[in-house]
Amino acid sequence: MSDATLHKPATPARFRSATQESPAARWTLIAIAVGGLALLVGAPLVIVFVEALSRGWAAAVAGLASRDAQAAIRLTLLITAIAVPLNAVVGIAAAWFITKFDFRGKAFLITLIDLPFSISPVVAGLCIVLLFGANSALGGWLVASGYPIVFAVPGIVLATVFVTFPFVARELIPVMIEQGRTEEEAALTLGATGWRVFRTVTLPNIRWALLYGTLLCTARAMGEFGAVAVVSGKIRGQTATMPITIEMFYNEYLSVAAFSMAALLTGFALLTLLLKTALELRHADALSATRRH
Amino acid sequence: MPGLGLSAGITFFMLTLVVALPIGALLWQGAEFGAANIWATINRDRVWAALWLSFRLSFLALPFALPTAVAGIALTALYAPNGVLGSLTNQIGWQIAYTQWGIWLALVFVGLPFVTRTVQPVIEEIETEVEEASATLGASRWHTLRHVIAPMLMPAALTGFALSLARAVGEYGSVIFIAGNIPLRTEIAPLLIVIQLEEYNYGAAGAIGLAMLAISFSMLLLINLIQIWSRRRIGHV
Repeated sequence: MSDATLHKPATPARFRSATQESPAARWTLIAIAVGGLALLVGAPLVIVFVEALSRGWAAAVAGLASRDAQAAIRLTLLITAIAVPLNAVVGIAAAWFITKFDFRGKAFLITLIDLPFSISPVVAGLCIVLLFGANSALGGWLVASGYPIVFAVPGIVLATVFVTFPFVARELIPVMIEQGRTEEEAALTLGATGWRVFRTVTLPNIRWALLYGTLLCTARAMGEFGAVAVVSGKIRGQTATMPITIEMFYNEYLSVAAFSMAALLTGFALLTLLLKTALELRHADALSATRRH
Repeated sequence: MPGLGLSAGITFFMLTLVVALPIGALLWQGAEFGAANIWATINRDRVWAALWLSFRLSFLALPFALPTAVAGIALTALYAPNGVLGSLTNQIGWQIAYTQWGIWLALVFVGLPFVTRTVQPVIEEIETEVEEASATLGASRWHTLRHVIAPMLMPAALTGFALSLARAVGEYGSVIFIAGNIPLRTEIAPLLIVIQLEEYNYGAAGAIGLAMLAISFSMLLLINLIQIWSRRRIGHV
């Protein structure tokens, strides 16, 4: 579109370039898109904050100050702090393995890594309950030895890692394929150790893509509901994350508390979105490969 | 290249622990429960209604970052009969929240970014020259859109469509708030799994989970086939 306006010769207003719609058609389409987005995305975003502040600031803050709310906020931050670095390490390892070596079954491996994207989070939670739940052999033994996984923090971490598993690897693989192996090979012939090659050659090349993938991963990890709802057992103050607590408050008609918790979570989400957009604007070239998937 | 053992080790260990073992547990549970029992569980009106609802509405159907539970209560607050927009539509006799319309709305919300994000880069890559060539050959704008632009967008649109479909079929968080969860009418398949789990009915939950897993796998297969097909056609996705 901007190209078309640049090349547009100075002509009477009635004249229309062959690659442009009539103003009526253009404005109708824009109105449909903007209107749809406003109703579907804009309005819900606004209503979260409106509802949270419907009884004033004090009530909203009080809703976040209760012991359950505080525990939920801490738990969500803890889960995110465990799951995201873990997934970043796994994502780097998987991307290194897939892009630096040739082996059979690579496409299959990539499919396996992508699998969590197309599995319902509830089914993911169910799988974890079936594997580690108290009535399975493994789960029974773990509970007996004092390390319960389901209805405890480790289960929530597992569920969160499952649903966010592909994010980092998916961002890194296209970038690392595009960059090839020659730089690393050159470093190796100069006598650098493997670790040094990774730190001084590979990492600087992939850092923005890594950050981008990590941000997507963070946004999803904080907001995950379905998988966590199944494995957490929703124990108040212990295994209730922020999204779970929103549901609890909401079902108890604690509307202000539910919406102020939702507003806080939205704030976190908007912050990651902001960082993500800043990355896209500043380092578009380093991320170029990622925009094609 | 160094790091083969380390990177392969981490990848396979985590893949096994986090993805393969849990899914294996579901398949194992299914095998233990037996095909006849699985079929008996799935083949009930309530399960069919839920599976069909999840699938059918997904077909019609920022959200990337916005947590689903937040979206759920926000959409419900807006479109509930006493909400800002819900009270408007209720005046013309159109109830949105607690009906299938509400579920559809939530799924559209959840699926929106997938189509946009897959189609947008392709549109950006289309050169204006292509449209100009079409225009010089006498095509109308509508004609250009249908015969030049649409075929170029088709693979990306289909991929985005399949991705959002896969996501929408399994969506739980945003839907349960707005659905009202009336059995046979507004009860989605993932909710049915949660209900069975809360009753410690692991066999039945596993059976419905397997049915959903089968749907996910076919979606994944579809996405891969589309990508192979489009790569052959235009050389990128």
